[in-house]
Amino acid sequence: MLRVFRNEGRKGNDRVRKLKWKKARRRSRRRPGPACAVSAIRKGPLSKDLKPYSRECFYEVFEEEIHQVIVENQLFKPRERVAIGASGGKDSTVLAYVLSELNRRHNYGLDLFLLSVDEGITGYRDDSLETVKRNEIQYGLPLKIVSYKDLYGWTMDEIVKMIGLKNNCTFCGVFRRQALDRGAALLKVDKVATGHNADDIAETVLLNILRGDIARLSRCTSIVTGEDGPIPRCKPFKYTYEKEIVMYAYFKRLDYFSTECIYSPNAYRGFAREFIKDLERIRPRAILDIIQSGEDFRISTFTKMPEQGTCERCGYISSQKWCKACVLLEGLNRGLPKLGIGRSRGPNNDHKKGTKETNGAKSIESKQCGTLDF
Amino acid sequence: MLSSDSMACNPSNCQSNCYGNEEKAEVVVGEEYVSANQNQNLCIKCKTKEPIGGDEGRMFCIECFRSNLYGKFRLAVTSHAMITPTDNVLVAFSGGPSSRVALQFVHELQHKSLKNFDASRDRSLPVFRVGVAFIDETTISPLPSHDIDRAIQDIRLIVSNLAPPIKQLHVVPIENIYSGDGTNRLKNLLDAVSDTTGKEDLLLHLRMSSLQKVASESGYNKIVLGLCTSRIACHVISATVKGQGYSLPADIQYVDSRWEIPIVLPLRDCLVQELNMLCHLDGLKTVELLKGPCSGINGLVSSFVRILQEENPSRECTIVRTAGKLTPFHFNRIPESDDSIIPLATRRRQKRYNLKPNESISSESFCPICNSPLNKSDMLRLSNLGSCQTNSDSFGAACCSSCRFQILPKDPSSIDHFYSLLPQPLVARAKRSSYDNLSLLREQIQDCLLSDSEDES
Repeated sequence: MLRVFRNEGRKGNDRVRKLKWKKARRRSRRRPGPACAVSAIRKGPLSKDLKPYSRECFYEVFEEEIHQVIVENQLFKPRERVAIGASGGKDSTVLAYVLSELNRRHNYGLDLFLLSVDEGITGYRDDSLETVKRNEIQYGLPLKIVSYKDLYGWTMDEIVKMIGLKNNCTFCGVFRRQALDRGAALLKVDKVATGHNADDIAETVLLNILRGDIARLSRCTSIVTGEDGPIPRCKPFKYTYEKEIVMYAYFKRLDYFSTECIYSPNAYRGFAREFIKDLERIRPRAILDIIQSGEDFRISTFTKMPEQGTCERCGYISSQKWCKACVLLEGLNRGLPKLGIGRSRGPNNDHKKGTKETNGAKSIESKQCGTLDF
Repeated sequence: MLSSDSMACNPSNCQSNCYGNEEKAEVVVGEEYVSANQNQNLCIKCKTKEPIGGDEGRMFCIECFRSNLYGKFRLAVTSHAMITPTDNVLVAFSGGPSSRVALQFVHELQHKSLKNFDASRDRSLPVFRVGVAFIDETTISPLPSHDIDRAIQDIRLIVSNLAPPIKQLHVVPIENIYSGDGTNRLKNLLDAVSDTTGKEDLLLHLRMSSLQKVASESGYNKIVLGLCTSRIACHVISATVKGQGYSLPADIQYVDSRWEIPIVLPLRDCLVQELNMLCHLDGLKTVELLKGPCSGINGLVSSFVRILQEENPSRECTIVRTAGKLTPFHFNRIPESDDSIIPLATRRRQKRYNLKPNESISSESFCPICNSPLNKSDMLRLSNLGSCQTNSDSFGAACCSSCRFQILPKDPSSIDHFYSLLPQPLVARAKRSSYDNLSLLREQIQDCLLSDSEDES
């Protein structure tokens, strides 16, 4: 459990202060490390169970908790090449920082890389990419950038111009996932690590309940996914709260880009996020409880696995004839942006309510998905 | 006219907003019906009368609305064999719209059954009996007692008007779960719970125990709850948020037989707006005791689901449908009986809906407070208990992690006191769970134990 210092007010908490000194002395006796700077902190980091710790102890405990998660879940093996999904935001910056630190400290023996995706969002992505380029230098990790323009022939700016602001996050999410895989293949890495934190996973659990996606519900709490796909991904921050990550980045003065994506205000996820923020205020441990529930859901194995095949168009992993990215691209290229959005449409099935789009889908020329083969 | 068939332009060259119209075609369910209808102002079912109007009544006329709602009730009852001719059914009545409709529909079913009985020559099929229970929370409620007294008088009137057949009304003071005078013990028990949500939930569990007690003592063999889709949707979210994902499917099925007296939910497929509408249309009197707004997590979840439902009127259904895909437990079905009075058709139906291929009957252990089946980590902790434990220690260990967090006192030294305040039914449940299930537990968690040679002492 992560315990962090909290401003207890001026009530003269002598007992608390003594306890903190005791803990600090015990810690420094156990291992030569940073001395606990107790009195200097007025507004310290806050944690899930609201116990007091000083800043230095917070760093230690935060890093130690991540290390335990990595070890207990066997996320990495020695000599693996690992790409860190780097957006320039706080999660991926802290992940890059902590992973390279732990790699050194505990001799994981990993070759770490930064992998960044350029969606082509002016005023947002170009700024955050500058941050990642600085991270490359600051952390000494080689950087690879893959762009939507190169892979798909479309930037998010162009996509939003065509489809508006309602389903744009669907496009971006699908494209990004493939882009990460293609970038990872270019780098020849064994694994991709992403900065998804406990809040993200809790939101995803709720979203899948709200949207009726039982198959995703069974998979979304796994700390490692895609083991039978091209490149497995892991989420070392699965049990780490967004608040802790923000505090870590803030106090360590890490360089990150902190603006919301300019196209995201209408995302449905916003509902879940608001709710979770309110929930955290009443009961901080609820976020971990949601993840626990997600892991405990009794879902029969029949509903779990969609059959895995490959996309006919580009060869990417897919449970349908065409992968989602190809379906969406087809829609964009033919000026039918609803293709692939909502229930069962497009060339992948014969749904009766399907529209004129099902005819002649395959015969129309369109821009190629990407040049990489899987 | 919204028509997606006649697209003379295509989005790239269209100057007017035709393209925008295609988007509008993907609209909430109700509106599709309206646009598809040639004459937009007719009931979609009988196509002869006008719809009621407003958000909920857009599609049906009054008769079709009522028959549609009653139809959902009757389908639930017959397909799950909820009420059979020999049953003595207790309807839990809170005064709110859901339980009012449940009571009304059960009465209509019984009334029809009585008419058939009177008309039949051989009188072979008896009429099931119905009782009504209201839990009287005067002793722990912030409301003035004369308000509650008046409400009880109203309830007596409602029940006496639902005859023939006559139904017995049980007004059960909640402190009756204790033997003897339980008022103070009950108040102290609730005060011992510091978490707001925990207190609300504990009260729910005590209400259920209360219902079980009155049903058992008065010879009922089923309890009908008016739980509807909307309340279940809230329960799905709040259970997820409290870490009760494992036990969630147990609470949301049509039938729940883990209790001594099985519980059935015939209104499971009805939305609260529909039930409210019916009460309004038919003048069904409800007794709304103004309880304080739910605070804590339960209140937050209610408002969250309400916001989602306003944004999309099928959200509650989707939530319940998703949760419905979780695997239920073996006790989520009516226990089969060999009673030959039950018609063969009913027995066959019972068998058909109870039949689940490939399902092994796994035994579960239950939390003594909320009666939820325990998940693997709770079971592990329970099995790690040494043998020489005090009653209150073993009680604490037998509880699920959610109850341990939000209901049991944080300070281990207070658990003794808490245990001493518990009513008999919960204590009995705890004792039962630790005795009977020890060997079953061991069997189940065999692969998690480090050493095989631990013996029973």
